[in-house]
Amino acid sequence: MSDLLAVAGLTKHFVRNGQTIVAAAGVSFGLRRGETLGLVGPSGSGKSTIGRLILRLTEPDAGSVMFKGQDFLTLKGAALRRARAGLQMVFQDPLAAFNPRTSVAGALADPLRVHGIGTPADRPGRIATLLDRVGLPKALMDRAIHEISGGQRQRVAIARALATGPELIVLDEAVSALDVSVRGQVLELLAGLQRETGLAYLFISHDLALVRVMAHRVAILSAGRIVETGPAAQVVDAPQSATGRALVAAVPRLVL
Amino acid sequence: MSAPLFAIKDLSVSYGTGPAALENISLAMAAGERLAIIGESGSGKSTLALAIAGLLPADARMSGRIDWAGARPELGRDIGFVFQDPGASLDPVLTIGEQVAEAARARPGVNWAAAYKIAESLLERVRLPDPARALRAFPHQLSGGQRQRVAIAAAIAAGPRLLIADEATSALDMVVQAEIVGLLDQLVSEDGMSLLLITHDMALASGLAGRLAVFEKARLVEEGPAERVLRAPASDYTRRLIKAHIGLDAPMLVTGLP
Repeated sequence: MSDLLAVAGLTKHFVRNGQTIVAAAGVSFGLRRGETLGLVGPSGSGKSTIGRLILRLTEPDAGSVMFKGQDFLTLKGAALRRARAGLQMVFQDPLAAFNPRTSVAGALADPLRVHGIGTPADRPGRIATLLDRVGLPKALMDRAIHEISGGQRQRVAIARALATGPELIVLDEAVSALDVSVRGQVLELLAGLQRETGLAYLFISHDLALVRVMAHRVAILSAGRIVETGPAAQVVDAPQSATGRALVAAVPRLVL
Repeated sequence: MSAPLFAIKDLSVSYGTGPAALENISLAMAAGERLAIIGESGSGKSTLALAIAGLLPADARMSGRIDWAGARPELGRDIGFVFQDPGASLDPVLTIGEQVAEAARARPGVNWAAAYKIAESLLERVRLPDPARALRAFPHQLSGGQRQRVAIAAAIAAGPRLLIADEATSALDMVVQAEIVGLLDQLVSEDGMSLLLITHDMALASGLAGRLAVFEKARLVEEGPAERVLRAPASDYTRRLIKAHIGLDAPMLVTGLP
């Protein structure tokens, strides 16, 4: 099966305090429908930048991002907007990712309106369906986004990402800020959505144990380069790169 | 049984008109002990750390007692405190050397020149690369992990009896977190400090502390030796937290390639 996403030679440099920082140095990988690729590395390895480059929230210096056979980086206007609906992102901090004055329904209505999905009349029904898909009650619709719990807010962020019917969602440390007792439920929700709909995820995290649970394949990043890639369990059991070994060793163990 | 460090009796704390942040907590710590306070957001674990350090904000209402063995300790001299965000505890316009030396001056009879010498050896102890150069650096010139090393150096500069680390590694990536945990372990052993570790991470606590106290919604739900709490948790909440831990042996949520 051909790749849903094919990233090739993605390169991005930043200049900070007069120093050049290499966020991505020729990064290439593919992602198929229904697949989760874990992108894991220490801070500064470039993993979040790569997520943003793929969504064109940041423009790369070089490289290509083929999404469903189209060069996503050269799209413009209506074609770009159409393609954007297929690619979504969920960030670490759900509070910072929303307009603080919006309601739950307002947050979910925005992408529907922007992408011209449905009619104004059928939007409440669509919003209720989205809430149901992420396991939230309809009654939450009129609540302000800052009133609900962190776990509920991250479910709303997932619902907002689902609103445009995406085929790929970039999850950038999407469960890192959640309490551990809530985190497991959100991970199960994400895995369930993938099983139902064949969504692909780019799962970005600094926690290799988390990536092992969620990802089919893992790519380990160091200083803007992929230094190791393979099936998640295999990489965790026998890491080949120095960064891979350091990430495995760093996972805290329950000492009994 | 070693000498007691402090004993908390029926401690309750609330902020403004809000609900209780801590409710009727009784908990003691022995000198030289390593105690981990485990909890999720809203558990009251940070409020407990602030109460012990004497750092509760002015609008906090407190009842109950914290009895110390000997004189009430002074923060910065007898108690060192490491916060989650090293950026918040370091002054952005003072050099690293000035800040660690300032902390070292809390030792009796230490003048500025001596404090500066102590600062340099502390930066070496927390394994900052090139300590002599780091003395002249400003916080923004260091990475997050390096800033946390500086914050630890400042916290232990006066030779405190008790080191409180409040989610001191949560803002760091895992590799740096593991390094900082190793550093805390070493420093606490070498200096014979007591360690109060505040964390949401059961595994982190189990690797560093001998005794665990689990907090849920302002209450202490369970405490005991780490091994007993982990092997035979008495409360359902502790059991849930242990189950929710994702280690390298957790069940996978995806199987096979699509």
